[in-house]
Amino acid sequence: MSETLPLLDVAELSRQFTVRGTTGGLLARLRGGAAAAPKLHAVDDVSFTIGRGETVGLVGESGCGKSTLVRVLTRLLDPTSGSIRLGSQDLTHLPARRFARRPERARIQMVFQDAGESVNPRYTAFDAIADPLRRLRRLRGAALRSRVETVATQCGLPLALLPRFPHQLSGGQRARVGIARAIAVEPELLVLDEPTAALDVSVQVVVLHLLARLKQELGMSYLFVSHDLNVVRLLCDRVLVMYLGRIVEEGPAGAVFANPRHPYTRALVEAIPQIGAEGAPERIRLGGEPRSPIDPDPNVCRFYGRCPRGFARCAEQMPPLHEVGPRHRAACHLVEGG
Amino acid sequence: MSERPPRADPAVPPQLTPAGGPAADLAVEPGEAPPLDTAPTPPGTAPNLLDSLPPGPIPPAAAFSAAQAEPCLAVRDLAVSFRTRGGTVKALEQVGFTVGRGEIVALVGESGSGKSVTAYALMGILDAAGEVTAGTAQFGGTDLLHAPERTLRGIRGRDISMIFQNPRTALNPIRPVGKQIADVLIRHGGAGRREAPAAAIEMLRRVRITDPERRARAYPYEMSGGMCQRVMIAIALACRPKLLIADEPTTGIDVTTQAVIMDLLTGLARESGVSALVITHDLALASEYCDRVVVMHAGHVVEDAPVRDLFAHPRHPYTARLLAATPTGHASLADLASIPGSLPDLRRPDLPACRYIGRCDRALDSCQVSLQRREIAPSHLVACNNPL
Repeated sequence: MSETLPLLDVAELSRQFTVRGTTGGLLARLRGGAAAAPKLHAVDDVSFTIGRGETVGLVGESGCGKSTLVRVLTRLLDPTSGSIRLGSQDLTHLPARRFARRPERARIQMVFQDAGESVNPRYTAFDAIADPLRRLRRLRGAALRSRVETVATQCGLPLALLPRFPHQLSGGQRARVGIARAIAVEPELLVLDEPTAALDVSVQVVVLHLLARLKQELGMSYLFVSHDLNVVRLLCDRVLVMYLGRIVEEGPAGAVFANPRHPYTRALVEAIPQIGAEGAPERIRLGGEPRSPIDPDPNVCRFYGRCPRGFARCAEQMPPLHEVGPRHRAACHLVEGG
Repeated sequence: MSERPPRADPAVPPQLTPAGGPAADLAVEPGEAPPLDTAPTPPGTAPNLLDSLPPGPIPPAAAFSAAQAEPCLAVRDLAVSFRTRGGTVKALEQVGFTVGRGEIVALVGESGSGKSVTAYALMGILDAAGEVTAGTAQFGGTDLLHAPERTLRGIRGRDISMIFQNPRTALNPIRPVGKQIADVLIRHGGAGRREAPAAAIEMLRRVRITDPERRARAYPYEMSGGMCQRVMIAIALACRPKLLIADEPTTGIDVTTQAVIMDLLTGLARESGVSALVITHDLALASEYCDRVVVMHAGHVVEDAPVRDLFAHPRHPYTARLLAATPTGHASLADLASIPGSLPDLRRPDLPACRYIGRCDRALDSCQVSLQRREIAPSHLVACNNPL
């Protein structure tokens, strides 16, 4: 039974923020009270699963709701509606405020973009890695030291560097501290938010290899948030593409990159610079800006207006996710019927 | 006072071609398409990109052959060092490259390779601890490295302009963007005080900002990162510079916006014959938008070649490693190979002649003491004793 149950099961998850301080909002409140205040739909009706040992990539441009989704999943924010299940446990109703002190905290851990900024600058590498072990595993003394050293070794961080502060470490070493700290409490799901964005390519390669090895050794699942699609393609089994709060395409990484079905995914894939691409056929370029995420019309495709292939129906009906291949779905009227 | 460059008449915008340049032989009939083989159009550039641009006197990129004869910028033997508490950092040594007229050159390298220091040295905006210890940078008859500050002030923003990495911090946060463009025009005589606001709006239109009249009154915080970068491009191109230096122009910008910004930047540069030096850590970006790539490592130029040659046949071991580490067409993660070792400590008094020696698997004994810089193929330069 537990074999077939996915590790993470997210269903119809939404998160809205009330917009304050706009003239429109003020007028609305004057007229109809708080209920009519405009809402920013950061994450809108998102459903997906992550299997055990699976690596899922989450891509999309800034402002598409990736970070809000990650913050809701890691229970730093409460969802407005929908459910989050981790294994057999429902996390939806554990308030974010109290989640940090619960044992479930250890099951989902996060690696942030730039460990130079996300690690307390007054903590040594040792303290940074020891902190979650002290709080969540109640380890002290020799047991703590031995666990920190084991994890540091696992992440390829020389033990001699443990007494150093973040500013005394190189970018690659800091990335290792950020990873070591997250895996110290043996999470089942590791959420990685652009873990290599701040690194040079030569260091990025080392960190990507480290992540691939750790996954094999520890059997974790990854949710890998990135806008470097070349990296996502190499590291991930499956990809979710988000646009303005909604998932517009999901499928096996190979299929999505080789044969993107949603026009937005296509534009995204074609925007990646490629070596030796001179003289490539004309590519889709996205002009303009995304639509406003504040109280969007539920009957209009979010990509309409910016989509090079939009037509009348896109403004009348929000396209649902259609099956376009094995485990491959896209939310576009043009792919209806496979 | 005597060094002050002649102030341009507001009615006559600064010409793109310096007098006596090779432009005369290169002139193309108005409306005549430049020969395709010498004028590659970047993919995705819309033909109507520059409808509103007055025709430039230089045909795009046709200047390659003549570029060798009289380049827009010629840097020779540039050396920069920084005084620090831990000793003197020899950040640049014997850096040399040229940017031909109308050519778009990429300066590529990892962090710490000296690419930004090179740009700052050329602009004369090095940190106070930094010092140019040797070299020349010829730009239209001026040596940028030895020109007095007064001369540089007339050149910066007018003849050479720069686009910085983070547009949001480079723009003035408390001044509407239209005024910021107008400021540059007024300062450098591109327009009078009265005409400047309209000229600024025209610049916003050229960088394809929709509703430019309204946007000119906006503050940087009211715009997205991509829009702010367009404003930076508008400021940089407002006075029709001869050389544009773009320092990581799309780092931190979404990949879809990056494509649009790079199309715009290189398209505008090509159409108006502006030479450009694009600093980037992204080899793939360089390959797609630039004509030539200069690869830097630890303050040395290790390789300098036309895009096609460089990516088809990298000759310096570092370039080859960098290519292998850049995820592009790789089939799997296992194919990505890292570069062993790390940058040498540039404070060491006994730096080897080749600064890549500690990371190189092809190093010879001679690499400790001497480094051979040679043209290994036509216009393909490499600094290596044992090239691939």
